[in-house]
Amino acid sequence: MTTTGTEPGSDPDAVDDRRSDDRPPDDDAVLAAAQVSAATSLGGAPAGVKVRRSVDDRLVEVGLYVGSILLALLLSAGLVMAVGGSPTAVFSALLDGSVRSPGAWGLTITTMAPLLLVAGGTIVATRAGLVNIGQEGQVLVGAAFAAYLAVRLPGPGPVVLVAALVFAAVGGAVWAGIAAGMRAWRSVPEVLTTLLLTFVAFGLITYGLRQRWLIGDRDTSRQGRVNTGEQIPFDTRLPDLRIFGNAIDSGAIIALGVAALLAWMMARTFLGARIDVVGLNRRAAQRFGISEKPLSAMLLIGSGALAGVGGSVLLLGAASGDRMTIGFSGNFGWEGLLVALLARNRVLLAIPMAFVFAALRTGSSFLAATGVDRKMTDVVQALLVLALLLPPALMFIRDRRRAMAATGGGG
Amino acid sequence: MDLINALGVLLSSEALYISAFQLGVLFVFAGAGEWVAERAGTLNISVEGMLLAGAFGAVLGYHLTGAIAVALITGCVGGFLVALVQAEMSHRLTANQFVVGLALNVLVLGLTAFLASEIGFGPARAGVVRIPLLVDIPLVGVALFGRPWPAYAVYLLVPFLWWLVFRTRWGLEVRSVGENPQSADVSGIPVNARRRQAILLTGLACGYGGAFFVLGQVGVFQFGMINGRGFIAIAAVIFGGWTLRGTVIGAVLFGVVEAMTIATSVKGYRVDPFILDAAPYVVALTVVMVFAARVRQPRALAQPFVRGLT
Repeated sequence: MTTTGTEPGSDPDAVDDRRSDDRPPDDDAVLAAAQVSAATSLGGAPAGVKVRRSVDDRLVEVGLYVGSILLALLLSAGLVMAVGGSPTAVFSALLDGSVRSPGAWGLTITTMAPLLLVAGGTIVATRAGLVNIGQEGQVLVGAAFAAYLAVRLPGPGPVVLVAALVFAAVGGAVWAGIAAGMRAWRSVPEVLTTLLLTFVAFGLITYGLRQRWLIGDRDTSRQGRVNTGEQIPFDTRLPDLRIFGNAIDSGAIIALGVAALLAWMMARTFLGARIDVVGLNRRAAQRFGISEKPLSAMLLIGSGALAGVGGSVLLLGAASGDRMTIGFSGNFGWEGLLVALLARNRVLLAIPMAFVFAALRTGSSFLAATGVDRKMTDVVQALLVLALLLPPALMFIRDRRRAMAATGGGG
Repeated sequence: MDLINALGVLLSSEALYISAFQLGVLFVFAGAGEWVAERAGTLNISVEGMLLAGAFGAVLGYHLTGAIAVALITGCVGGFLVALVQAEMSHRLTANQFVVGLALNVLVLGLTAFLASEIGFGPARAGVVRIPLLVDIPLVGVALFGRPWPAYAVYLLVPFLWWLVFRTRWGLEVRSVGENPQSADVSGIPVNARRRQAILLTGLACGYGGAFFVLGQVGVFQFGMINGRGFIAIAAVIFGGWTLRGTVIGAVLFGVVEAMTIATSVKGYRVDPFILDAAPYVVALTVVMVFAARVRQPRALAQPFVRGLT
């Protein structure tokens, strides 16, 4: 059995280390409950008690990962060939667009920033067993809040910039906060509310873009200003860093900083440990005196806030346009969620995952030359997600079979 | 009293009932199908993908054969295939059901858009069959009995699902694995097999619903044409408190709400259409908030079952 993201020092090993000890029967129940409740979280595969693997098992696991990723890529290649494209040309175009052509990897890192911010918040909430799948709406609302403040607040650019980032966090937090409130007071599953709120956000933001007193463009002389926001002034945009001819948005620094902070929080702080205990076992958490509801509400709001910041980085940085439009969030929310899932809820693993997703995104702009529709990259992403679900599930089944055999089938 | 006037005009327009019924058919197929999966203990969020796959399968079938009946079948096959992946991955391989559902929604969205742009579908529309006498009922006659013929299956679906879930052994087993999988397992019921079968049934129903939506309502395949309606169907199940009757009522209600938002803009009332786009979701949220705490959900909803754990 694998663990979905319990770093040493933070996971409730106290539960796990007593595996071989004589335990009162009730502990069995707690342990089992921990496994099941962990399996219901968004972690991707049933999580639970850590099992030390032999070298052979490790090899099997790595082999499974390699095999299933290859399978996903083969399926994608087959699809490309089915529509008359050339898989090698597509792959080469993706590489050109994402890293090889001049300035490409800077853009990919810039694109990675919002994904990583969204994923970071999602991971922390998921570790507590929450299922926030409304990031797309939270990103959009965050961007809208930033757009409102960035063009209205008088003052020096950098001050406005920081204020806009903070305001975006408030926006995302408010949006997730509705779901958090409904969960806390009415026990409505957050999996549904966060999602429905996304569709509400689409409608509201589009409405806001048509109202000049909200986020609509106040410049009546501009052509084609319908359903668009006001251009963000240059001095309130996130500054670029120039490295080897690549312009990297400072949003990437924010994202990496946040990721490092979250990784430290989960691994080294009491809060991180409490989050993991709640995620692994509600009943054990109760015994430890952790109140689940306020903590969960806080984490939902926090993940919304980070998604909101992600939206503002998208708006104020170079990863997307310089003004709000309909559908501005452009699937960054959904993809951030997928990054979190693929990273199997480990914050640091989310960094390379976010880079891969960003590369697929920047690379897809080079696909036109190969004659393959750029929607193809969506298919590749989804296939990769499904493929990466397989190995932990298969390993879990293998471990279960062994455990059942060892205990005479009773479990 | 503008509002009341407006409401009066809306409610007395035949067009409102027609589009309410059309959308209602989609929501009933998706909602009632999802209801079976949820009674078996799966909070199946790939409804959206199943509906879209159904719509795509239908236009593909129509494109190849030109027959509506074949298109309906291929629509069901489309929904079934999505359900098969969902069922096998979440209830055989024990991968997380939400992750699988989410990935499937993304996959179907991308895949159908990709394939549709490669193939290039023409319009596909089912013929209208008017049921004599009944169609002459004022106001609602055409809405209920003058529809494209695949719509009438909805009158069979609901009694059939009721009979299946409440009057057959299979239905009893499905309900028991949704309530208490451990006891069901001890009684010799194959828990995960029942759950997989329930999801497959959901896939068939959603496939038909998506096929009807494209053949009977929209008439042409569009990118992302389901546009979140699958999630409304899930809200209908919660609204209905996990009863079939309530789910159907919820589905019809959401159909009416969406139809009203359409009718409002057609009638020229000065409400921003994008505010109206959000209306069904706001209603769904409100309804869920009011009802979620009052009803009893299947006890093992969204709990995976692995023998020997718990």
